Amino acid sequence: MALLDIEGLSVRFQTSSGLFAAVEDVDIRVDRGEVWSIVGESGSGKSVSMLATMGLLPWTAQVTADRMEFDGRDLQQLSARERRRIVGGEMSMIFQEPMTSLNPCFTVGTQIDEMIKQHKGGNRKERHERALDLLAQVGIPDPARRIKAYPHQLSGGMSQRVMIAMAISCDPRLLIADEPTTALDVTIQAQILELLLKLQEETGMALILITHDMGVVAETARNVIVQYAGRQVEKQAVKSLFASPRHPYTEALLSALPERASGQDRLPTIPGVVPGQHDRPTGCLFNPRCQYVTEHCREVAPVASPGDPARTLCHYPLGSPGDATTPDDVSPGDLPPAPSDSDASQSEVRP
Amino acid sequence: MSGDAVLSARHLTRHYQVKGGTFSKPATVKALNEASFELYPGQTLAVVGESGCGKSTLARVLTMIEPPTSGELTIGGHHVSLKEGQRPPAELRREVQIIFQNPYGSLNPRKTVATMLEEPLRLNRREMSATERREKALEMIAKVGLRPEHADRYPHMFSGGQRQRIAIARALMLNPRILVLDEPVSALDLSIQAQVLNLLADLQDEFGLAYVFISHDLSVVRRIADDVIVMYFGQPVETGPAEEVFTTPRHPYTQALFSATPVADPNRQRERVKLKGEPPSPLSPPPGCPFAPRCHLATDECTQIDPPLETVVDGVEVACIHVDQATAQHAVAEAR
Repeated sequence: MALLDIEGLSVRFQTSSGLFAAVEDVDIRVDRGEVWSIVGESGSGKSVSMLATMGLLPWTAQVTADRMEFDGRDLQQLSARERRRIVGGEMSMIFQEPMTSLNPCFTVGTQIDEMIKQHKGGNRKERHERALDLLAQVGIPDPARRIKAYPHQLSGGMSQRVMIAMAISCDPRLLIADEPTTALDVTIQAQILELLLKLQEETGMALILITHDMGVVAETARNVIVQYAGRQVEKQAVKSLFASPRHPYTEALLSALPERASGQDRLPTIPGVVPGQHDRPTGCLFNPRCQYVTEHCREVAPVASPGDPARTLCHYPLGSPGDATTPDDVSPGDLPPAPSDSDASQSEVRP
Repeated sequence: MSGDAVLSARHLTRHYQVKGGTFSKPATVKALNEASFELYPGQTLAVVGESGCGKSTLARVLTMIEPPTSGELTIGGHHVSLKEGQRPPAELRREVQIIFQNPYGSLNPRKTVATMLEEPLRLNRREMSATERREKALEMIAKVGLRPEHADRYPHMFSGGQRQRIAIARALMLNPRILVLDEPVSALDLSIQAQVLNLLADLQDEFGLAYVFISHDLSVVRRIADDVIVMYFGQPVETGPAEEVFTTPRHPYTQALFSATPVADPNRQRERVKLKGEPPSPLSPPPGCPFAPRCHLATDECTQIDPPLETVVDGVEVACIHVDQATAQHAVAEAR
C-alpha cells in the first residue's frame, strides 16, 4: 500500500467568471522512502495540488478526487479534527518564502515548541530539549542561542533551516517541500537540498519536492511528475525523463535549458505562453505551443494510454513506451514493452 | 576586442554610511570595492555573485543613480564626475539604460504601453511631435516582438515575458549604447526565459549594444557572456573571458559557486566544493580576505591580507593568495 495515494485529483476555484480548474485529473502515488519531484512552470498547479493534499486551500476551492488516501486513511472522509492531527504531524510541508512563513512576533523556539506541543505533547523541558536537538539536526550553529532568536535576526538560509526543523519536529512520514530553495542563493540552496536529502535518508520519510528548476530535479529526485496548465503530462524516473522525454512539452522544456543548447546560435524556445483562465484552448492544452500539433490535437483532448508507464498525456507520445520507466521499476531494461499499437501507428502520421 | 571602450570603470567604490541607533554605533558598509573593467560595443559583460555581493550597487553606480564614493567612471569618452545629490548631464543619462528584475513592479500600472514608451521621448526629445513619438513607439513595439494593438493596453493585461519585452522597449527608446540588465530573466518561466534571451541577443546585434548582465544564473551567463566578473562581498574576486573562467575557475569561491549550481543532467557525478556557513555581515567584515571564513584553503595568512586582483594568465585576474593550489585542485577534481 502506498503511503500517499491520490487518483483523479481536481481543484476548481469559483471565480467571478465561472469555475476555473487549477488542477485537473492528477494522480500521485508515493511510497515510503521515495523522493519525488513535481516540476512545472508557474500556473501548472503544482503547489495547488499539494496544498489540496494538505487541506490548506481556502473554502472557495472545490477539491474532488476519486481516491485520496494517506497511509490507508481516506483524507476526504476524515473530520477536520482528525485531519489536523495528520497535517503537520505525519504529513508536513515547507514553503518557498522562509522569511514570511515564520511568525515575526515569536521566537524560533516558541514556534517549534508549538508544533511539538500540538502533535507530540510532553512537558516543557522535554519539548525544549527536542527543539534544541532539531536545531542541531538541521545544522544551525549554536542552537542554545538561536532558539531565542526572532525570525528577523536570521538569514534566509537559517530561516529555511528553522522551517525544516519545524516540519520534521513530529517525525513526519511525508514531507512536502514547495520550492524550498527558490528564494535562496545557490551556495545556500546546495546546503539546504543536501540537508533535505540527508534527513530523508536518515528518517526514511517520503519527500515530494515541488520545483521549477530542472537542475534541482536532476540532482535530487529519483522520480518526477511534469505538470502543465493544471494537468499532469507525464511521470517518469528522473534519468529516463532527461534521456527520453515522452511528452512534447517536456522535450521542449529540456531543450530550452541554456546549458543544453551550447553551440547553437539561438536558444530553442517554446512559442506563446501558458494558457490562463480565459484562453484555454480546446483539445490538448499544449496544442497552440506544440511543434508536432495536428488537427486531431486541436479537437480532442488526449487521455493517457493505460499501457504507457509514463502516463503521457499526448496523442502522439515521443519515443517508445519501453523507454519510460515507472518509479517501481529497477532499471529501464526490466520493463516489458507495453502493448500500445495505437501509439505506434499514430506516431507514423506525425507531420 | 574591437574599437574603443564605451564604458570604462577604474577602481569603482561605493560605501554607505549606516546611522547608529540607540544600541549600535555608526558604521560604513563597503557595498562595492575597487571594481575595474571595460565594456565594448556589442559585447556582454556578466556580473555574477550571490545576494549582497554588490551586483545591484554596481548597477546603480553605472546608471548614475548613485555617484561612486571613489574611483573613475567614463562613459562614451566622457568622464563622469559627480558629487552626492548631483544629477548627471542628460546626454550621459541617455547613453545608459537599465532593466530591472521584476517586470511586475517596474511598469506603471496606470499608463498604457504607448504612453510609457513615449515618455522618455517627451522628456528628452522636446522637438519631436506627438505623431513622430507614436510612430517611434510602434516601431519599437514591433522590434521587441509585440503587436501594434498592444500599444494601448495596460501592464496588467500582459504576461511576465511580455512585460519584460515592454521594459526592454522602454529602455531602448532613446537609443542608448549601454544596457544594464539586473537579473532580467530570473522572474520568468523557463520557456519564456529562452524567448527573452534570444530577443536580447537580436537587439544587441542590431544596435551594437553593450550589455552589463547581472545574474546569479550561471547557465544563462555562460551562454551569453563574453566577459565575466565574479563578485563576493562587494569586491571582484575573479575576472576574465567567460569561456576561460567557466572552463577553469581559479578562485575558490568561483569554484564553489560553480559546483553548487545544479546541472540538469541526472547522470552527472561530481564532487562539490562545499561551502561552510554563510556570507559575513557587511557591518562586521572579517579581517583579511572576506572569503577566508568559508574557504577550505584558508590559512593564517588569509586572515591578514586582503589579496588584490592579480593577473594569473592572459586576461584572467584572480584575488587569492592560494590561486595556484586552488587551480591545481580543480584540475584534479575535473580529471576524476
